[in-house]
Amino acid sequence: MKRRALDMLLVSVALVVLWQALHWRVGEEGLASPAATLRQIGEELESPRFWRHVAETAIAFGWALLYSAGGGLVLGLWFGFRRLAGEVAEPVLTAFASLPKVTLYPIMLLVFGLGLPAKVAFGAIHGIVPVVLFSMAAVRNLAPVLTRTARVLRLDARTTALTVLLPAALPEIVSGLRIGFSLTLLGVLIGEMFAAKRGLGFLIMNAIGLNDSGTIMTVATLLFAFAALANAALLALDRHLHHRGD
Amino acid sequence: MSQVHARLMGVSRVYPAAAGQAAVHALGPLDLDLRRGEFFGVVGPSGCGKSTLLDVVAGLAAPSEGRVTFEQRDVAGEVPDGIGVVFQEDASFGWLTVWDNVAFGLRRAGREAAEVQRRVDEALRFMGLVDFARAYPAQLSGGMRQRVCIARTLVMEPRLILLDEPFGALDAQTRLLMGDELLRLWRASGATVMLITHALDEAAMLSDRVGVMSARPGRFIDIIDTGWARERDSRIAAEPSFGALTARLWSLLRDESLKALGHQRP
Repeated sequence: MKRRALDMLLVSVALVVLWQALHWRVGEEGLASPAATLRQIGEELESPRFWRHVAETAIAFGWALLYSAGGGLVLGLWFGFRRLAGEVAEPVLTAFASLPKVTLYPIMLLVFGLGLPAKVAFGAIHGIVPVVLFSMAAVRNLAPVLTRTARVLRLDARTTALTVLLPAALPEIVSGLRIGFSLTLLGVLIGEMFAAKRGLGFLIMNAIGLNDSGTIMTVATLLFAFAALANAALLALDRHLHHRGD
Repeated sequence: MSQVHARLMGVSRVYPAAAGQAAVHALGPLDLDLRRGEFFGVVGPSGCGKSTLLDVVAGLAAPSEGRVTFEQRDVAGEVPDGIGVVFQEDASFGWLTVWDNVAFGLRRAGREAAEVQRRVDEALRFMGLVDFARAYPAQLSGGMRQRVCIARTLVMEPRLILLDEPFGALDAQTRLLMGDELLRLWRASGATVMLITHALDEAAMLSDRVGVMSARPGRFIDIIDTGWARERDSRIAAEPSFGALTARLWSLLRDESLKALGHQRP
């Protein structure tokens, strides 16, 4: 545990050193320094305007995550238990996963219009595929002896699903949710960068137009910190579920 | 009280044709009476339908023809109360500790917390798992995990215990020791035990009677009384009559095993 914390600290320090070196190489116009970014983070966190953008992104991300995780879980479990449906869906989903979703964004805008629904839909289509694929695989990989054991213990179908099959499949499902979480955030931010009037993605796009490297690095650093913390928490849960007792 | 605990009458099992494959006649027709409180071993060539026989007795599979009864009641494709099964594969629940694994069935059956505590502690003590009560299955060896599964079955106090090659994945020494524990469990519980195994020495050592099955479709070609006393353990393997018994089992099985492998008698 101590070793892992030390490794993370070393990686963080190395990243900051690299950042500072790049700043010295390209100058303030090209890349704001770590110290200037830290100062601006402090200022932005006190600014109501910044929090309005954060709230906009958070709402879009929350809804998108709900759809990608909830929908992905339902579809994944369905495809897992219905083998034929899963066999039909799997190649389609795999092909869809490799498609750059940004090519579909014009269509999403035509369907959902400018604003929250398009961002939510765009985030959801990014995150839903890994959740479906992992949940489907989790169900398919369940050992048949678990179901047989449940029958010997005379459990009904609901109790079997809730107390045997779901806990057995949970580690794989959480792995899918972890990847889905990151991709959903990515989708929402890309959506905000291309067609939005508010949100952190819009803030970055606006700063690119103004050549404001300070704001770009401020938003990027805050997003990185949020994604890294959330991912670390999900990864810890993932590891705990995969290695119970190891 | 009837001496017959479970009865199979003209039982056969045919797996219907599916996905371009012909129907498979896996078992029977066969008849068998399991006597109350006996230890009955079943040996037979690979693929002869031993596990299918266990499934049919347990109610995990319905016979295609014939009848199965347990305590004079029909077993109709559903596991009756009073039957416990230990499978060859590791069936321990990886997300639960050893204690919670053993308590699982009792809790689901809605037993009082105090009763669960008492019976689980007793089962863990009996199986020598007290020191591992808080461990997860991943922390245990294959033999220990199988003990957890046996404890989970034992704690439900089944009157008929069915074991499907439970020691198949274990090394020879551990199998002998597990066999001793199984005999101790059988004597203490008073349950009827049916053990499916591919190991002739295991069947010869543990059983009161050994049913020898033919190649598929599996039928009993002989049922041999071993004549062992109820108080016995793995040390009987050193007795001359044990060697004779094992040799007899092999002489009955050799031709059937060759048939199962697709060979003619030399």
